[in-house]
Amino acid sequence: MKILTGNDLKSGVVTWWDGTGWSLHVEDACDVGEQAATILAREEAERRVNVPYAIEATRGEDGRVRPAHIKDRIRALGPTIRADLTLRPADPEAGTWVI
Amino acid sequence: MYQYDSYDQQMVDARVAEFRDQTRRRLEGKLTEDQFKPLRLMNGLYLQLHAYMLRVAVPYGTLNSTQMHMLGTIADKYDRGYGHFTTRQNIQYNWIKLEDAPDILADLATVEMHAIQTSGNCIRNISADHFAGAAADEVADPRPYAELLRQWSSFHPEFTYLPRKFKIAVIASETDRAAMRLHDIGIRIHRNDAGELGAAFYVGGGMGRTPMISPLIRDFVPLDRLITYAEACLRVYNRHGRRDNKYKARIKILLHEMGAEEYASQVDAEYQHLLDTGIEPPFAELERIRAFFADPPFVDGLGDDLDLSDQLFAQWVRQNCHAHKHPGYLSATISLKPVGGIPGDATAEQIHLMAELAKEFSFDECRVTHAQNIVLPHVEKRRLFALWQTLQAAGLATPNLDAIGDIIACPGLDYCSLANARAIPVAQKISQRFADSGKGDRIGELKLKISGCINACGHHHAGHIGILGVDKKGRENYQLLLGGSEGADTSLGKITGPGFDEDGVVDAVEKATDVYLARREEGERFLDTYRRIGMEPFKEALYG
Repeated sequence: MKILTGNDLKSGVVTWWDGTGWSLHVEDACDVGEQAATILAREEAERRVNVPYAIEATRGEDGRVRPAHIKDRIRALGPTIRADLTLRPADPEAGTWVI
Repeated sequence: MYQYDSYDQQMVDARVAEFRDQTRRRLEGKLTEDQFKPLRLMNGLYLQLHAYMLRVAVPYGTLNSTQMHMLGTIADKYDRGYGHFTTRQNIQYNWIKLEDAPDILADLATVEMHAIQTSGNCIRNISADHFAGAAADEVADPRPYAELLRQWSSFHPEFTYLPRKFKIAVIASETDRAAMRLHDIGIRIHRNDAGELGAAFYVGGGMGRTPMISPLIRDFVPLDRLITYAEACLRVYNRHGRRDNKYKARIKILLHEMGAEEYASQVDAEYQHLLDTGIEPPFAELERIRAFFADPPFVDGLGDDLDLSDQLFAQWVRQNCHAHKHPGYLSATISLKPVGGIPGDATAEQIHLMAELAKEFSFDECRVTHAQNIVLPHVEKRRLFALWQTLQAAGLATPNLDAIGDIIACPGLDYCSLANARAIPVAQKISQRFADSGKGDRIGELKLKISGCINACGHHHAGHIGILGVDKKGRENYQLLLGGSEGADTSLGKITGPGFDEDGVVDAVEKATDVYLARREEGERFLDTYRRIGMEPFKEALYG
């Protein structure tokens, strides 16, 4: 699947296109298929996202979206060395999901 | 230390106001990201993996306690309670909001700090020996010259858009503690046979994807011609440096392609031309700057004896303290490398504590080292135990300076958008393993440096053991290098062979140190043994 990601203009936090807006959680990311370029251009022009781009991802049997590249998985979670700063601070499996 | 005059302050304040307006226009949509990006980068504001990152300049690594407190305050007020001290003697904050950035710069300006020229193809923050003004082996304090260069290079209109970024380091001792020959320009202040002070210029060093050790271009430049010669060096680079390929744009490539002799010849011609134009600041300006770096009021007559009956204290003194030029004093290094910790990270609380300790124990001064530690340069020996007790209580007394636990590591893929692999977790695992096994204590000096990509912010080329993280078909892979050094015996590490995965490279480091422990001769460091026996025994252990 193809999903969209970028950073929030004001805060810089990582966001994911969920079909209607930008979510902090990669689990909310939706498959944009061939619409990537159109959505990216529109959303960036409206300043709802900064420096957005499309990436490949998969949806696992558990239904969770997993970006194909480790860099985007780290973006999705947070730094692997500071669980307290990630979006899943209490999840001991979070690091495994990234690597 | 140097204090801004009204002109310095006006420049910084004006830049804050300008950036505040630029940020407002960006947030209102009047500037696109393409238009805004070069403007924010000129103010040290990057967009990294998780948020904006602000890199704050610490000129030649020197801070007073007020400035250090401000760094702690920024960590608390605008970030997530910590900062990361870098291999360029700066500090970076990883979780900055764009809308806060102008306020942060305004706060910094109140303590004579900024983030100007911490990015972009300009002359970056000038670095220096972190023991400057304190080391027993220096011929002069190199910081007045670094400060003069800072003033010359700040907003220099001719050098704002160089072919590529440009880094300068200044030292004033035989022992190089600033990786001077791995900079675009390395300057060593020394005395000639007549006893006069002058500057030796080494040009064209660097790490990155094409590491090179700089050759000596001119052995002795009179100090009242320092800026003129530096200008000549930059002009020749600006004229001939490549702009068609960013990977070949650094001055080291120019020297490699042009030849050091030809480059030196062209610099000399430019220098002769510039001598007639009168660009050198008046010598009185250098004298004015130098006055700011006069020795603090050291107490005379202090003894050099230390009670080393406490074994932990004795170990810390042996490992983390450095000889001082004044009797009765030492320079103490606060390790930001706790066992299993994140190299260079310090919490806001720790930053505030170090500021207080600088004020109480070191004439209101501390230094950031390129090895990502903090130095209190002037500590009375009779008060050293009290200092150590405070550090010990705060978890800041790890006795591992220049040992295998004192690992340099870039932020790597945990934070950096350029990185290909994580560097910090590897550092943590190595640190933990050697501490757990007790081997670290037996190894002695071993400088281990890790970079998460070929840009080499973690100085892997200059590590006795270096580790380079690469992307191998979407997976992290780590190359091992041996034999690098950044000191007076600067050398570049060589890759051992095929890379390893994360755990594999930790094992590989242990195997390399096992070879050293088995083969070392009396008094040899890891690097000495490697240089004596060569790569083969290590390769045999790693891949045989």
